[in-house]
Amino acid sequence: MNAPVALKITGLCKQFGKLDVLNGVSLEARDGEVISLIGSSGSGKSTLLRCINLLEQPSCGELEINGVSLLLKKNKLNQLEAIDPKQLMDVRQKLGFVFQNFNLWPHMTVLENIMEAPVSVLKLPKRVARDRAETLLEKVGLVEKAHSFPGQLSGGQQQRVAIARTLAMEPKILLFDEPTSALDPELVSEVLAVIRTLAKEGRTMLIVTHEMKFAREVSDRIIFLHEGRIEEAGTPEQVFKETRSIRCREFLAEAI
Amino acid sequence: MDWDIIIEYAPRLLDGAWLTFKLILLSGTIGALLAVPLAFGRISESYWVRSIPYAYIFFFRGTPLLVQIFLVYYGLAQFEFVRDSALWPWLRQPWWCAIITFSLHTAAYIAEILRGALQNIPKGEVEACLTLGMSRLTMYRKVLLPRAFGMMIPAYGNEVILMLKGSALASTITLLDLTGMARTIIARTYTPVEIFFAAGVFYLAISMLIMLLFSWFERRYNAHQRPVM
Repeated sequence: MNAPVALKITGLCKQFGKLDVLNGVSLEARDGEVISLIGSSGSGKSTLLRCINLLEQPSCGELEINGVSLLLKKNKLNQLEAIDPKQLMDVRQKLGFVFQNFNLWPHMTVLENIMEAPVSVLKLPKRVARDRAETLLEKVGLVEKAHSFPGQLSGGQQQRVAIARTLAMEPKILLFDEPTSALDPELVSEVLAVIRTLAKEGRTMLIVTHEMKFAREVSDRIIFLHEGRIEEAGTPEQVFKETRSIRCREFLAEAI
Repeated sequence: MDWDIIIEYAPRLLDGAWLTFKLILLSGTIGALLAVPLAFGRISESYWVRSIPYAYIFFFRGTPLLVQIFLVYYGLAQFEFVRDSALWPWLRQPWWCAIITFSLHTAAYIAEILRGALQNIPKGEVEACLTLGMSRLTMYRKVLLPRAFGMMIPAYGNEVILMLKGSALASTITLLDLTGMARTIIARTYTPVEIFFAAGVFYLAISMLIMLLFSWFERRYNAHQRPVM
């Protein structure tokens, strides 16, 4: 692939106290690439995703978004934090994040949830933000829920709203942190369908997931993490059929 | 029960009720504004920033409101530099002494209520703000403070009604608030039952107004909690 590099992670590590969660992870995502991160719980996949937009502070490593390095410095706790808060805000606007637990704001309607950041961060006029929100609601199939509160929606619907809220910022890269893990089994497919559509649109995405079938079908590349290291990486074909690592083989045997 | 006495003095009691109402409204507003920085100080990561509102709240919650009023009204005047200061024209008036004391007092309580609400916002909702690229200021102003306000409404309503009743202490520094007015009338008419009964009715009316205000707050900030039938 010759597309420009959208996201470059170099030597990322993370310690929680004495525990090493990430041990020097490097990866590159090119424009339009869909990468799934798989691995057993505790392997560091969620931490890796959260380190990318500094929801967790890494202990070492470098981050580059669209060819621009995020300037980092060590703080007193020996963790990396952004030197310039403005740059961090700017980077976070470019990185859309979808949470396992949706994290919608319960006191705001669906429409308000989606419109808030475009209005208060991008300074879009309300009318424009509303049009954008309505278009996105149509896309995730929830136009009729525009004036509902999150608490009145099912988990699957809430996650689709959360995805719409993320898309409203028109991010360059989408990060999904186990987007279906908090859902009842029968609600998983409606969320996966939305993510699948986004993948087909050629968006750059990093997906942490336990849905192996989905990962296999939607991804350009699969990365298997084990104890904070990339243990296996390649196309879905390579990882699922020509698995080299024993650990990855064991994991897949159990997961599928 | 002598109803004529009540009717005769109702206009003067109404004057007293109006003063009580203004006292609560003004000190409640100033107190709420003061409470915001105090609450943020309380949740600061820095020990020193945290300790200032901590000491403030410790003092104002730990001493009786009556003592605080006396300290401000009688105490400050002891110091020559206070009497010489530019603030003396205000500090010599019982009205402003009451406003200052009530504001500082209620701020301590509201700050603790707000701190509790802020700390109870699920971490994920804060992270959602951050991942969307909001600045701290935007995040608090647009999302988290309205959210915290909704969560603190019941406790905040309690505090305002407690202050309404606490405001009767303004009568001890010569203010003719509802209680002060009632006592003045009784000193002349010797009809404590009638006049205190009437004063009680006025207090109920004011707390009714406060409850109406708070049910409006509930509708405005807690719309998501209305039962869906």
